[in-house]
Amino acid sequence: MRTTLSELAPLPAPPASVAAGPTHPPGDLAVWFFILAELLVFAVFFAAYAFARAHDVALFNAMQEQLDRPGGALNTVLLITASWCVARAVQAVCEQNHAALGARWLAGGIACGGGFLIVKCIEYADKFAAGINLSTNTFWMFYLSLTFFHFMHVILGMVILAVLWAQTRRGIYTPGHANGLESGAAYWHMVDLVWIVLFPLVYVMR
Amino acid sequence: MQYKSQAVAKPYFIAAIGLFVGQILFGLIMGLQYVIGDFLFPAIPFNIARMVHTNLLIVWLLFGFMGAAYYMIPEESETELHSPGLALALFWIFLIAGALTIVGYLLLPYARLAELTGNDILATMGREFLEQPLITKVGIVIVALGFLYNVSLTVLKGRKTSISLILMLGLWGLAVFFLFSFYNPENLVKDKFYWWWVVHLWVEGVWELILGALLAFVLIKVTGVDREVIEKWLYVIITLTLITGIVGTGHHYFWIGTPGYWQWWGSIFSALEPIPFFAMTIFAFNMVNRRRRDHPNRAATLWALGTGVMSFLGAGVWGFLHTLAPVNYYTHGTQITAAHGHMAFYGAYVMVVLTIISYAMPVLRGRAANSNRAQVVEMWSFWLMTISMVFITLFLTAAGILQVWLQRFSSTPQPFMVVQEQISMFYWMREVTGVIFLLGLAIYVASFFMKGEAAASVSTTSGRGEIGTQTA
Repeated sequence: MRTTLSELAPLPAPPASVAAGPTHPPGDLAVWFFILAELLVFAVFFAAYAFARAHDVALFNAMQEQLDRPGGALNTVLLITASWCVARAVQAVCEQNHAALGARWLAGGIACGGGFLIVKCIEYADKFAAGINLSTNTFWMFYLSLTFFHFMHVILGMVILAVLWAQTRRGIYTPGHANGLESGAAYWHMVDLVWIVLFPLVYVMR
Repeated sequence: MQYKSQAVAKPYFIAAIGLFVGQILFGLIMGLQYVIGDFLFPAIPFNIARMVHTNLLIVWLLFGFMGAAYYMIPEESETELHSPGLALALFWIFLIAGALTIVGYLLLPYARLAELTGNDILATMGREFLEQPLITKVGIVIVALGFLYNVSLTVLKGRKTSISLILMLGLWGLAVFFLFSFYNPENLVKDKFYWWWVVHLWVEGVWELILGALLAFVLIKVTGVDREVIEKWLYVIITLTLITGIVGTGHHYFWIGTPGYWQWWGSIFSALEPIPFFAMTIFAFNMVNRRRRDHPNRAATLWALGTGVMSFLGAGVWGFLHTLAPVNYYTHGTQITAAHGHMAFYGAYVMVVLTIISYAMPVLRGRAANSNRAQVVEMWSFWLMTISMVFITLFLTAAGILQVWLQRFSSTPQPFMVVQEQISMFYWMREVTGVIFLLGLAIYVASFFMKGEAAASVSTTSGRGEIGTQTA
């Protein structure tokens, strides 16, 4: 997992000791169980969306035109950036043993998450002003339910990042003792991953 | 027993078991009424028997939860209970009020009972599971408040653990959601909408927190696994419970006049409600396999593992069977619902209360565990009751499938009563299995009166890693 993160972020190759380190996923087993359960919830939601769309492709395509695609793209960039910040934070703590730097990266992640919420709120305000609600039609029911459920996860993820930020500042995490940090980071990446599926599925795919 | 005041749990547990026996007797009466319609008529009509059967279940589980809290909270908080006297007083108030209510159901016509108990002041009666007269409902609130006051102050003055925190969250939630039983709007859709806030948010919400806390407590005691590990899993389980269970209320909103999106929300979220139950199964077996000691009370361990498995099957699998809106369109309110209700209540709540009783009662009676003989008898009762319940569930499921087919799915649907006649064989089989359940329950009660040498602690090395296969 560590090597995968490093591959994703354009970083110098990790020291050999780290690259040859433990092969099990970072973080706690419990958080991975939780992440898998969360992914399953979203997977069922996505499957239901696909099922409903297959029954009325014309409606879904027509309604999709009304979505704010640039806003969604901006949000995708924000979340990926947030994940990058969080990955850098873990790296700063676990490989460079630099807690203050790690905390700054986490703050960057929280800021990007906040940006996501603002963009999303503008989108929601626009949709609600147009009189769209859960009962408008199946597409909007899915759009509002899926994105709002994800929205709540972003908020939860930011709460977790805020706790990690406070604890990292207090120097609780050190290389080899960063189970909590890695667990929280893994959770945040899950929130990001779900959006990376959600955005093309709901906003782009036709 | 570490704290003297834990002893107040004992009368609660005894009352719980006593009412459990009553519940099963009325279950057998109404089970027979399914096939012999005028059995005991007019003394005990079907609707009264059903009301007593379900109300007794809820009341005895509440006795069990309260007893569990009185037992666990002093030990978790490492301090005596705030007021053992209050706990005992509330016990008698609750028992007498509960008994009077049941007597009222049995001796008076329901409408007369409503008249006598002030239903004209605030109409709350006449709704399934919330049939209690107004004064009983008010009494329940007073007992609950006194109970919560007592245990909350105990928690506040002592050590705060995740288990006591989650238990308190569950118990407070139980009390808060019960308040919706006083809200009975004229509009039938709204009435049903909020009715589920008591019924669903109890059994698929806050009660699961209580279940998790009880199970975690017993697992810590019998396995000796680190509290940290057990509490971490507990957090994961209750978070999953709340994510799926709260919106999962929507699976009751499919056909009552609520907006159409509930069909999607209800289907999706409740389809995932088995996950926390599955996590609970894995959790129970994992902890027992990682145990650091072999507690002499093997029966309690068996009940704990049984809770893990049966709650997943009854609440998780049998709930999922009919939770998707397109399926529920056909199965709604058939015997499939009854099958699910029986195994879910038994597997989750009956078994977890019996788990804590199995663990705590010997301690309350001054020993770590009962004699080997008593434990063997208790384990026999475990298997008799559990296997009977599996068969009750299977027979009701078969009856339900046939009912759906003949009455709703077929191109020539038949009337309700005609179909009931055709599935009566399954009702007979269910009734026979119910008698075996009663036998199991009698053996369970008998196990409390078994004498013999208290079981000695088994050494940690022997049988390590085998308990799962031996007892499950």
